[in-house]
Amino acid sequence: MNFDFSPEENAFREEVRQFIADNYPKHLTESRRAEFTKEDFLSWHRVLAEKGWVAPHWPEEYGGPGWSVTQRYIFDDECAKANTLIVLPFGITMLGPVLMHYANDAQKAHYLPRILSGEDWWCQGYSEPGSGSDLASLKTKAERDGDDYVVNGHKIWTTLAQHADWMFCLVRTSQEDKPQKGISFLLIDMNSPGIEVRPIITIDGSHEVNEVFLTDVRVPAENLVGEEGNGWGIAKFLLGNERTGIAGVARSKNAVKRLKEISCAELVDGEPLIEDMDFKKKISELEIDLLALEYTELRTLAAESAGRGPGAESSILKIKGTEIQQKVTELIMEAVGTYSLPKIPMLDTGANYNLVGPDYSQGVSQSYFNMRKTAIYGGTNEVQRNIIAKFVLGL
Amino acid sequence: MDFDFTEEQTLLRNMVQSFVQDNYDFDSRMKIVRSDSGMSRENWSQFAELGLLAAPFDESLGGLGGGAVDTMIITEEFGKGLVTEPFLPTVVLCGGLLERHGSDAQKDMHLPPLISGEKIWALAYSEPKSRFNPANVQTTAKKDGDGFVLSGLKSVVNGGPWADYLIVSARTSGEGWQQDGISLFIVDKSADGVASQDYETIDGSRAADISFENVKLSAEALLGTLDAGLPLLEEALDYGIAAICGEAIGGMHKAHLATVEYCKTRNQFGVAIGSFQALQHRMVDMFMEYEQSVSLTYMVNMHVGGDAASRARAASGAKVQIGKAGRYIGQSAVHLHGGMGMSEELNVGHYFKRLTAIDAQLGSIDYHLKRFGSSEAA
Repeated sequence: MNFDFSPEENAFREEVRQFIADNYPKHLTESRRAEFTKEDFLSWHRVLAEKGWVAPHWPEEYGGPGWSVTQRYIFDDECAKANTLIVLPFGITMLGPVLMHYANDAQKAHYLPRILSGEDWWCQGYSEPGSGSDLASLKTKAERDGDDYVVNGHKIWTTLAQHADWMFCLVRTSQEDKPQKGISFLLIDMNSPGIEVRPIITIDGSHEVNEVFLTDVRVPAENLVGEEGNGWGIAKFLLGNERTGIAGVARSKNAVKRLKEISCAELVDGEPLIEDMDFKKKISELEIDLLALEYTELRTLAAESAGRGPGAESSILKIKGTEIQQKVTELIMEAVGTYSLPKIPMLDTGANYNLVGPDYSQGVSQSYFNMRKTAIYGGTNEVQRNIIAKFVLGL
Repeated sequence: MDFDFTEEQTLLRNMVQSFVQDNYDFDSRMKIVRSDSGMSRENWSQFAELGLLAAPFDESLGGLGGGAVDTMIITEEFGKGLVTEPFLPTVVLCGGLLERHGSDAQKDMHLPPLISGEKIWALAYSEPKSRFNPANVQTTAKKDGDGFVLSGLKSVVNGGPWADYLIVSARTSGEGWQQDGISLFIVDKSADGVASQDYETIDGSRAADISFENVKLSAEALLGTLDAGLPLLEEALDYGIAAICGEAIGGMHKAHLATVEYCKTRNQFGVAIGSFQALQHRMVDMFMEYEQSVSLTYMVNMHVGGDAASRARAASGAKVQIGKAGRYIGQSAVHLHGGMGMSEELNVGHYFKRLTAIDAQLGSIDYHLKRFGSSEAA
């Protein structure tokens, strides 16, 4: 057992750090009150694509960098330390591996390079108003008509669909079998006639998620991935991939660092908050939780690199990872104190807004509100616990 | 022992309840909080007409003599409707200070227009570095002839944008967070040298950072005794806590109720999700936290008129409980609603936000845990 990084790995870390310092778009580093735009996300994506680093876990034959599990870990860690924008997961993390595993050669040749380059922005058409945790009950219908499928239905919580060129979508192609068997995995052009995207404003005041209404949308049958009726298997494969990235250890470490900085700046009757034993204890408990999760993730990665793929244990990463992400935003809000009350505009309303309070206080409560979603999305934490109970504990 | 409400109190509750039902449904409220001003003057006039702005004051002052319990009844119903109008700063915090410590002249001048709804008040006591401690005052009021000159910055003044008058805490002697040397002043917000930076708060209400630059005050602006304002301020904040606890239990009640209803009707896997034991137990825990909060809200409202030590202990204890319960119930209500809980278009997220904001008002959980710990048990 050895947790030390080799000299080569340390050199790699230095290389990544230098690359970010030299190439990360400067205008994305300042604290901003508006949301990041599509162009903001793409500008960092393109820099990484140019370098060949945008898809760390893709095999080299598809344009990945061919990194080891440890290198991928180091790369994520350095990006988080530099507080870069994330590379959106929909194309790179979610759809990419699905296409490699299930798609035909023509589909791979067409879609994978466009995911890498950032040319296509993907969104995920999974949840429906009546189908959240019980995803297999989804009702969006795709009926074959000549060379096309005709799709009708209603997707919801579709993240950043307002920017999307394409949606990978779970649709029902058969009503006859048990629900899981009638589901197919379809790639839908978001510019198709009959698609309407409506924003959902969330409690932090931001526009991240949407409803997508599909009315008689014609989708070429060649956009089907895998066999008709095999969509549930693909969906489960994809959700497994979603879970491994969801621990967010490196980002949480960064957030803990911010929490400590704020706690040094905030004074309680003249003394820094971080010297307050009660608050210090809360930070320490959080840090220990995070440290444990870091090593749990490393163990999962080590098992993965030894060919023992992520099993149901990866649900631990989702549950603990999101609990920690929520806790750290909660403690940051507490640390800021009274200046956690002003609200910053998240949407560009054109109205003038003068900031009050220290820079580090801006929007902290809204981040706390926003992070409540993490225990809900990607399979609620209750569903994750059910998975562990059933598949790990055999209950 | 009697925890029942009197007939008059029940009538008061019914009246406020029907006002909230008729005028403060979700859509009406969203219209108010999204408007430029963020409050409804029409509602404020209605409060005056219904006697709500007069409720706690003594009958000799034109009030209805209701005291803290009547105030709690009003704020609890306001909490259910997420009412944003500045009842707490105007009536409870500032009105209470005027009633208990104002001179006859101050009461005569200020209470009638407050009770009639003409003038709105805000309590400007917190500062950028004060971190919940009302003794931590850097704003100064220096002697100037018969009067004073006020300079400093007050932060996150709840209801500040709407206020005509402020009660401001300032150092007339001493420094840092010394107990002595703090005085309270009545300040006309339109006076020269007063500048208000207004903004929306996370719960849809409004607050302001208000600066005072060499604001000239007459001797009559002093409220209470020179250098001895802190005990009055502490007392006012404890009355504020008693009232905000009422608001909090109103919000908790609605958030919990909405969650139970949602889990009874939301179906997944062919059954109502409320049939899952993991969710049932969470809703039971929410319920218990709510009941514990009701208990301490009643307790503080019965003790708030007592001596300083038992009042502080009661208020801090209650504020800790509603802070913790508000967080747990708010978070759980959003979570059990799933994605719907995250939507701005559903009421449950707004209860969550208001309950979150309440913890950062009038002292947080941590602040009041320490204050409770350092207070003597009666």
